[in-house]
Amino acid sequence: MSFSIKDVTRKGLLLGVFLAAGLVAGCEQPPQESTQNGYRGTGMSQIRSPEKIERLLVANAIPEAQPPADASGDLASKAYQNVQVLGHLSEGQFLRVMTAITEWVAPEQGCGYCHNLENLADDSMYTKKVARRMLQMTTHINEDWKAHVGATGVTCYTCHRGNPVPENIWFKDPGHVARGSAADPGGQNYPALSTARSSLPRDPFSAMLLGNTEIRVASAQSLPTDAPGMTIQSTEMTYALMMHMSNGLGVNCTFCHNSRSFASWEESTPQRVTAWHGIRMARDINKEYLDPLKPVYPAHRLGPEGDAAKANCATCHQGVNKPLNGVSMLKDYLVELGRPKK
Amino acid sequence: MDYQNIFTRVQIRGPIYWGAEAKDQGSLKRGETSFFNYWLGKIGDAQIGPIYLGVSGLLSLVCGLVAFEIIGLNMLASVDWNLKEFVRQLFWLSLEPPAPKYGLSIPPLNEGGWWLMAGFFLTMSILLWWVRMYRRARQLGMGTHVAWAFAAAIWLYLVLGFFRPILMGSWSEAVPFGIFSHLDWTAAFSIRYGNLFYNPFHALSIVFLYGSALLFAMHAATILAVSRYGGEREIEQIVDRGTATERAALFWRWTMGFNATMESIHRWAWWFAVLCPLTGGIGILLTGTAVDNWYLWAVEHGVAPPYPPTEPAVLDPLKSVGGAR
Repeated sequence: MSFSIKDVTRKGLLLGVFLAAGLVAGCEQPPQESTQNGYRGTGMSQIRSPEKIERLLVANAIPEAQPPADASGDLASKAYQNVQVLGHLSEGQFLRVMTAITEWVAPEQGCGYCHNLENLADDSMYTKKVARRMLQMTTHINEDWKAHVGATGVTCYTCHRGNPVPENIWFKDPGHVARGSAADPGGQNYPALSTARSSLPRDPFSAMLLGNTEIRVASAQSLPTDAPGMTIQSTEMTYALMMHMSNGLGVNCTFCHNSRSFASWEESTPQRVTAWHGIRMARDINKEYLDPLKPVYPAHRLGPEGDAAKANCATCHQGVNKPLNGVSMLKDYLVELGRPKK
Repeated sequence: MDYQNIFTRVQIRGPIYWGAEAKDQGSLKRGETSFFNYWLGKIGDAQIGPIYLGVSGLLSLVCGLVAFEIIGLNMLASVDWNLKEFVRQLFWLSLEPPAPKYGLSIPPLNEGGWWLMAGFFLTMSILLWWVRMYRRARQLGMGTHVAWAFAAAIWLYLVLGFFRPILMGSWSEAVPFGIFSHLDWTAAFSIRYGNLFYNPFHALSIVFLYGSALLFAMHAATILAVSRYGGEREIEQIVDRGTATERAALFWRWTMGFNATMESIHRWAWWFAVLCPLTGGIGILLTGTAVDNWYLWAVEHGVAPPYPPTEPAVLDPLKSVGGAR
């Protein structure tokens, strides 16, 4: 066996091609399309890949609405026992929304995922108690958080997408805790999926989407004052939350901000106001609805720190700036998932 | 063709040259190992060694090794001493400075103490290496230009990790030791202080950074282009201009009307390189101490241009809907 110089050169070339391919393997497939969304010359533009948009369109298609129900007839509260939230619906409407919920949340498991099939009124299953609270939450979001969800609103499907547990949820994550006297990484410096594989703090949510930790870090005046300013560490926490938002919504920083001054509202886009309300909405539902469900869940549904599953931006948005591409599923369920009119 | 190759085509091979007599010998004996390497001869002098380490060099290496070990072993501990994970996650791993609550006090080992110690040893290592540069140059009867250029870089390093944190009253303002983490720090630093691009000293630093690269390219290209006329003998041609110098000078006068001289081009390069960290360090030192938001500062001083407002106007919801909920 012998090797000629030619063989070696060819092998070298082949290796070179593989290495070059490896270098760009993590990149999005070209071409990318750029859309201007701010004053010219300010770099305000959205860069998106048509291939990815196509993929997201398919992934975020909505299921067909259930056929309309008869609004007359007995109230659900009369027809059935133990109907605590949807009692104001007609029997037909009640059955319609139950069918829809099954399709949205437990299509494989069926009614038995939440109900004791021997006695549908029985409250012994934890899933039923959680589902009841989630119905109240959905109504609350649709009625009280129009500043964020607009008239499009949300349904169970916005988050669940056919999964009993939504795919994008978060638990408290203090990160790796150092042992002995080794340096504590302080909840950062590991590849964190929650913050777009950055080495930033991996759990900005506990502080900023459950707690009320200040997100604004830049000073409101040019010169220092005696008041203590925000720290680099809190800035990194904000940065981590923003990376999550960008990743969760599939947008660049410039979707909301003019990057020459992230803090300036005057130079921001109207979407930033929507996002501002979204952050308050996430805090509200995490604090009032999701976190308090902890005692209801069995141990295997709790996070490593023993807390209940909570929501962040990706829970609903799932890669697009308007969940489900902005198509309203609520318009077909206004009666069922809105607040009863007095 | 000899002068159009990116590699040096000529390798002169005499006996090993042991160097000029130094004015007074260093504290330790001069190294006695030297050899030729053909491949290094392609990009530089083929003679490798002798190396002189000396007391300051030795101490510098020891301090550097201590810092390297503190940082590396803490990173390794953060992946439970798993070598595979250490390699896989290396770019993410980091040794963080103390939390803000510790201010300038000495924190526990696991909450910034290691960082402080690593910083101390790294600084000692760098300063001792500076002493070595200075003393080697002195003992060879050279000027100390290299040492002072190195000092400019040390200035920026000390501003980032020592002077500014002290002025701000907290070690937490300093840079972590890690690949991604120090980049995150840089971005966070700019965001916190309202965009560093509006810091005029940062701008100057960038001018000297890019300017250095431009000057480097112009000078190197000029000398290579006239080396067929002996242009690489730059130093002699400072006082004894030959046709190489005349042609190079005329080339630049033809193309841009002005030319540096064989001497001044090196002063240009030295000052551009040195001013890059000098001005950068001033910019960092002023951030948070004298100016808290560079964007607003630039607006007040007419540096940042106004753009037409967004339509419809975007208002801070905290001010327009009656406070945070």
